[in-house]
Amino acid sequence: MRHGVARFVTGFLALPVALYLFYVVWPFAQAAGYSLTNWGGYSDKQEFVGLDNYVRLFSDELIRKAFWHNVFFLVTVPLFTIALALFLAFLLNVGGREDRAGIRGVFGSGLYKVIFFFPQVLSLVVIAVMWQQIYRSDSQGLINGLLMKIGLVEADDPIAFTADPEPFLGVPAVLWWLLFIAVWSGAGFYMVLFSAAMQSIPKDIYEAAILDGAGRFDTFFRITLPLLRDTISVAWVYLGFIALDMYALVFVMTPSQGGPNHASEIFASVLNFTAFQKGQFGYACAMGVALAVFTILLAALQLRITRRERIEY
Amino acid sequence: MSTVTQPSGELARPGRPALRPAPGRGLVSRGRELSGRVFNGFSHLFLVVWAVMVIYPLLWVVMSAFKDDSEVIREPLSLIPDELHWDNFTRAWGEGHLGAFFLNTLLVLVGSVFLTMLLGSMAAYVLARYEFPGNRLIYYMFLSGLTLPIYLAAVPLFKGVYNMGIVLPLLGPNRHLMLILVYVAWSLSFTVFFMHSFFRTLPDSIAEAAMVDGASHSRLFFSVMLPMSKPGLISIGIFNVLGQWNQWYLPTLLMQSVAGEPKNQVIAQGLIELSVNQGYRSDWSGLFAGVTMAMLPVLIVYIVFQRQVQSGLTAGVSK
Repeated sequence: MRHGVARFVTGFLALPVALYLFYVVWPFAQAAGYSLTNWGGYSDKQEFVGLDNYVRLFSDELIRKAFWHNVFFLVTVPLFTIALALFLAFLLNVGGREDRAGIRGVFGSGLYKVIFFFPQVLSLVVIAVMWQQIYRSDSQGLINGLLMKIGLVEADDPIAFTADPEPFLGVPAVLWWLLFIAVWSGAGFYMVLFSAAMQSIPKDIYEAAILDGAGRFDTFFRITLPLLRDTISVAWVYLGFIALDMYALVFVMTPSQGGPNHASEIFASVLNFTAFQKGQFGYACAMGVALAVFTILLAALQLRITRRERIEY
Repeated sequence: MSTVTQPSGELARPGRPALRPAPGRGLVSRGRELSGRVFNGFSHLFLVVWAVMVIYPLLWVVMSAFKDDSEVIREPLSLIPDELHWDNFTRAWGEGHLGAFFLNTLLVLVGSVFLTMLLGSMAAYVLARYEFPGNRLIYYMFLSGLTLPIYLAAVPLFKGVYNMGIVLPLLGPNRHLMLILVYVAWSLSFTVFFMHSFFRTLPDSIAEAAMVDGASHSRLFFSVMLPMSKPGLISIGIFNVLGQWNQWYLPTLLMQSVAGEPKNQVIAQGLIELSVNQGYRSDWSGLFAGVTMAMLPVLIVYIVFQRQVQSGLTAGVSK
């Protein structure tokens, strides 16, 4: 019997573990190793340089820029997405008429949910290519075209969108335009998530509050929001990962994949540029390791901050 | 957190008497009713605005796909094409190679989703229900993959695949089988993590009963445990299908031509190339047609199965 179990366990684990080791663990381990060398990637020549690459990271102007851009997305993507998603979920669930049974969701909330969820099932690449056309800087672009038609934008001075490095509130405009796409595509999904969480809050809590004379705003801010805390913190962590993953948008939509003039560089784009254009694999791997450490610390930190006793209903 | 799929109304405890209207309510709520109505109107207004912001761009892309190039330039904003130019689609399908991209994507996805589900649930099952030395270690090894950025592994991964291709050409760059295995490996983390918590919740008594009846361990898994996990499998299945369909970084990295042979591109990768190449020979309507073809199948599947997709994906987050 005991022997049979051992054979069964090994048999079931062998293939998945082997695949995972070869295609995931081994590359990561190698990357950590290369980060200590000056390997160029195309030759066999590599020397051990210790922590030189890491020291270099700190004085690298481009990396510093990319770092702050990452931080920008890390703060703004979750913040705006969650705020908008909560607002939409609020309207959907308590925006309806008030009657004897309490406050209702709006009419047709099912349809709204289906529509708002659309962008979530589209691939990031489809979204990026689509928005590239919407953001075009001539009258063929959807937004510029509309604005030109109603006379808000002159034909010889269109909005440059992702080709605009001019800072707005201290951050290059191109980043704000990319942020808008991220929020546009994410809000519906988190709205559905929050909506579901709102609906799993037992009705009698609301009934009690309404009996006590609470209006819809009171019930939302004093009951719903505190009870959604868990869901919101999970959403925050996930959106944090998505924010680190804005690379697809940068890759497809910005001039020279991180431009104009490095105004939209993020870690991933600098890493790819360094590895494949400049041919400094060792240095690129050091960036990757730094990014991984940063990600793990961030995830741990977020889980730590948001951990709290769960309320079971 | 796993109750997201349940409809709300029925959640209230059984046996509760129906709510009676608050005493004196008829008197107070005049003013409140009015404000309620205003608020209701505002809600609809805002919701409609956002719905238009979601649908309008999608509709615009689909409709532009039916225009010919001159109309795209002349009347870029109109939502109603002069006539339906189906030839944009045939051109994108043939000359734009979208047909080939679709076929590649399909070939890869069929294999990779099936293998991800099979291997992922096998590993998760063993890790969740059997005690053995190293269990935790292997579980955390899978889990750690969730936090590591894929870009970090790019260079060594490409090198590993390239070297593998010298020994076993079928597993080298630009091969479907290689991409299948890479997708599986990179999807295992989340699949194992998700199914692990699912298998934990299954009752022991059924497993014991099956063992008493003389079922072997693997038979217990395939004919008892796996069918019992169907809801979990559907969730994670949808998650993996969408995730792998959307994958663009791994194919861009790995489906590169090595010996001058044409690239076996998947759809996301192909679209990027199509849009980047626009600068050289602009075929706007063809690009719109390509985006439409990549978009519509998923949207239609979603509309048909929207309940499952919504609950599947949100369960993926809230687990």
